[in-house]
Amino acid sequence: MQLAREELEQAYRQMKTIREFEDHLHREIAKGTIGGFTHLYGGQEAIAVGVCENLRDTDYITSTHRGHGHCIAKGCDVNGMMKELYGRADGLCKGKGGSMHVADMDVGMLGANGIVGGGPPLATGAALAAKLDGKGGVALSFGGDGSCNQGPVFESMNIAAILNLPSIYVYENNRYSEHTGASYVIASESIASRVEGFGIHTVKANGFDFFEVHEVMKELIAKCREGNGPCAVEFETTRFYGHFEGDPQNYRGPDEVKNDRENNDCVKIFRSKVTEAGLLSDEDLDKIDNEVINLIETSAEEAAAAPAPSPEEVTTDVYVSY
Amino acid sequence: MAKMSYREALTETLHQEMANDENVIVMGEDVVGGTGSAGGPEAIGGVFGVTGGLFGKFGAERVIDMPISEAGIAGTAAGAALAGKRPVAEIMFSDFIGLCMDQLMNQAAKFRYMFGGKATCPMVLRTTYGAGMQAASQHSQSPHPMVTAIPGLKVAMPSTAADAKGLLTTAIRDDDPVIFFEHKTLYGLQGDVPEGDYLVPFGKARIVSEGNDCTLVATGRMVSFCEDAANALSADGITCDIIDPRTTSPLDEDAILDSVEKTGRLIVVDETPPRCSFAADVAALAASEVFSSLKAPIKTVTGPHSPVPFAKELETAFLPSPVKIKTVIEQTVNFS
Ligand SMILES: Cc1ncc(C[n+]2csc(CCOP(=O)(O)OP(=O)(O)O)c2C)c(N)n1
Ligand SMILES: [Mg+2]
Repeated sequence: MQLAREELEQAYRQMKTIREFEDHLHREIAKGTIGGFTHLYGGQEAIAVGVCENLRDTDYITSTHRGHGHCIAKGCDVNGMMKELYGRADGLCKGKGGSMHVADMDVGMLGANGIVGGGPPLATGAALAAKLDGKGGVALSFGGDGSCNQGPVFESMNIAAILNLPSIYVYENNRYSEHTGASYVIASESIASRVEGFGIHTVKANGFDFFEVHEVMKELIAKCREGNGPCAVEFETTRFYGHFEGDPQNYRGPDEVKNDRENNDCVKIFRSKVTEAGLLSDEDLDKIDNEVINLIETSAEEAAAAPAPSPEEVTTDVYVSY
Repeated sequence: MAKMSYREALTETLHQEMANDENVIVMGEDVVGGTGSAGGPEAIGGVFGVTGGLFGKFGAERVIDMPISEAGIAGTAAGAALAGKRPVAEIMFSDFIGLCMDQLMNQAAKFRYMFGGKATCPMVLRTTYGAGMQAASQHSQSPHPMVTAIPGLKVAMPSTAADAKGLLTTAIRDDDPVIFFEHKTLYGLQGDVPEGDYLVPFGKARIVSEGNDCTLVATGRMVSFCEDAANALSADGITCDIIDPRTTSPLDEDAILDSVEKTGRLIVVDETPPRCSFAADVAALAASEVFSSLKAPIKTVTGPHSPVPFAKELETAFLPSPVKIKTVIEQTVNFS
């Protein structure tokens, strides 16, 4: 834990922001305030934050259908995201994208993605661009356990390996793709062992522990920046909510989520680690909690009151010019 | 007849056809739902609930949960069909056909022709389509024109519970590859469905209603939009033929042309963007075949040339609606 006090505070703030953002959406979706298909990231915060705290604004990430956490961690504006989810005119994507398509080119966030496995090829391309630019930039894709079975994901990892690209493939194994168990659809011993087969340096790590995520990523990303080619990580994690909002989750074990919330809550684990080590106090953390809760409340109020896009907007932005 | 939903009609058909013919197999993501999970298999039975109960009755050999590998699913279905099975593969959202395209357009569609008529590929690819749920750009498309354009593929698009059963039965028994589009907003739609074996032939339109002033052609969800628009005009004495082609390939050209010859006016309603679309195709057909019968320009009511947006207001602006259709009917009927 060689992080400075500000770095610890920042990491906690980011994790807590994601947690509160998702908890807010969970409540609103139940009320019917927010439409569309929304997949919540709650439970996996340590991964997004532990990864992105090692990235620069000029580095790229691609995300998934479960993308809010990655967006926040990479620095997307929370108010803009909230408005996007409410489908508002001044949402981050003018209300055109919604939950599955939040993006912000200014911070290197190349989009959440409605297509499972859509991101890794794009990160591979962004890594090619970064390599050509020669400024030590990297591109990283987030993906779920389910995404590792898509052909384009295989193809892009092989392309990255043969071209020695500065790309990083992060797999968040939360045990399920929708309702299907990871062990059934992944025949190899692990995702990591399969990715190794592409000649890509791969590690397996505990995604419940921010500090482990951060340390592993720090080393991998640094090597990647130096031109050592692509790498990959498989993180063990869990999702606290259903696959989508409204999912009855019959496929999960009787106490699975309860147990995860008690013993594998990455925010709680972070808290106890830093307080036990005397790095931050409960008061420090409570103060951040309150600030984050305020931020989410205000941004939600503003989003709820913000104007909807005007109908003419349907046909703008299809092309740059036509 | 039994009252049931579009969804239940599809489920019943799958049960009947799997019982009728042991070569019928079902495969797709979460079609069992829960394989390899702590809660055990069949925790769900398809994300839209269409394949429920199949696993319990027919077992894991014939009801197969697949990884998220759409190209692999489409290809496995095509290969199994070439080797004598009758696979019914589910692609959760038709947007994901993007990933299957090689197996559909270069493989399944062309085997019979390329192999000199010596092969059959009796696969069905069931998939959901359509906007209206704020599912945004990658989960709301209607790519039926794209696959309709491919010689060798047949394309079915039921708009009622009865047609869901009749067309799916025909699709499964057909020896050619069929892309079967289920509109995701229609699953709950109730209707009277014939019991037992029920087949609706491909290429035979459903005449939804008969009238004198205008012909409306639409599929899927757009059929009821046309009915609402036409009903709103009946008080003004305007009556419409509404034709649901049921299959866009093969297409019942005669039903459409006969109607246009009678009414002299044609409006095609479809929720895709307008370019190279089903609407443009039907309009071109009528323009070239029954030009002299036309009393007004052919009109189309479609989405604009844009992806499907997320925000409710934008999605509403994107989609055809009964009100938009009604306006175009009035303009067409009053054309002089
Ligand atoms: C190409 C494609 N196939 C299927 C889906 C439907 N779908 C959305 S999320 C999902 C499961 C993804 O599982 P995983 O990659 O493990 O991510 P998680 O949901 O667990 O975060 C599926 C099948 C999709 N969006 N895109
Ligand atoms: Mg998963």
